[in-house]
Amino acid sequence: MAIEIISLITSFVLMLIGLYGLLSDKNIIKIIVGFSLFDTGTHILIVTIGYLKGKTAPILDNAVGLTDVSQKIVDPIPQALVLTAIVIGLAVTALMLAYALKMYQAKKSLNIGDYKTLKW
Amino acid sequence: MIRNFFILILVAAFATIFASLFLNYGSSETLTPLATYYAENGAAEVGAPNLVTSIVVTYRGFDTLGEVTILFVVASVIGFFLKKTKHNNEEPAKRESSEIIVTASKVLVPIIIVLGIYVFINGHLTPGGGFQGGSIVATAFIMLLMANPAFEINHRIVHAVESISGIGFVLMGVFGLLLAGGFLDNRFLPLGTFGNIFSAGAIPVIYSLIGLKVGSEMSNILSNFQAVQNEKM
Repeated sequence: MAIEIISLITSFVLMLIGLYGLLSDKNIIKIIVGFSLFDTGTHILIVTIGYLKGKTAPILDNAVGLTDVSQKIVDPIPQALVLTAIVIGLAVTALMLAYALKMYQAKKSLNIGDYKTLKW
Repeated sequence: MIRNFFILILVAAFATIFASLFLNYGSSETLTPLATYYAENGAAEVGAPNLVTSIVVTYRGFDTLGEVTILFVVASVIGFFLKKTKHNNEEPAKRESSEIIVTASKVLVPIIIVLGIYVFINGHLTPGGGFQGGSIVATAFIMLLMANPAFEINHRIVHAVESISGIGFVLMGVFGLLLAGGFLDNRFLPLGTFGNIFSAGAIPVIYSLIGLKVGSEMSNILSNFQAVQNEKM
């Protein structure tokens, strides 16, 4: 099976698992894990979109050379965007964990059902 | 029950969308025009072999500045939320760290830090860069914290490194504006020999500053979590 098919399937399955966990689980930590899985799935998807068959990494070493570069490399832009997205994802995860820690300190519970006051 | 039903419907709807995307997927054969421009002119204009780095640091430097800002805001918010409250008595750590971790941390921490520094200094030549290198440096601090739960990162040093590297990053951008083509232009330093470590203008400097900033911010976040963890709740 071609690599782009494998990574497409991986990304879609990861996103679906993440979405299901995000919606169905009651534990805040597990919700955060589901969110991270969804995040990772999107990253793999974006990188896969930039993949070109049979091309190499966008690093101009001896294997690529300096001539006809655009014929030899995969798209570097999605990779640069994913680099940004990973860092933002990490920041969001850290923030969610900090909220979860504070919520646990306030009510001694990680079950989302115990936080009725937050509903609108 | 009804909730699970809705969740299943939503997941199935997403699965349908993904399936139709998957069935219509055809891998493209050529680069987009923008990517072609970066590929053809990146080496001459920026001088960095790693095209991802030249996009992240130079062509889309503003993105990176915003990204670093987001990380900074998150670190400050977490520092604000997880502030150590004086009136809470601290519980001692629940158990001793495993001897394996204690011994391994003595050997590995310097090596991990050196690897992180290597990764961000060589960001323009090899895969890697400031964010990756900074994260690797932060893992060394995780290891220290796991080996010795009472370990406290010196906040004054971390804050100084963070502020200086943040200001340095913006200053590099301003130098680019004054001495070269525009904000975050790397060509105010000589481009040097293509493929050398001192090449690609200001990119190694900028990426090292980003690496220091990311590393110190992540260590800061970690030590905030650590400080609150032992608090009596």
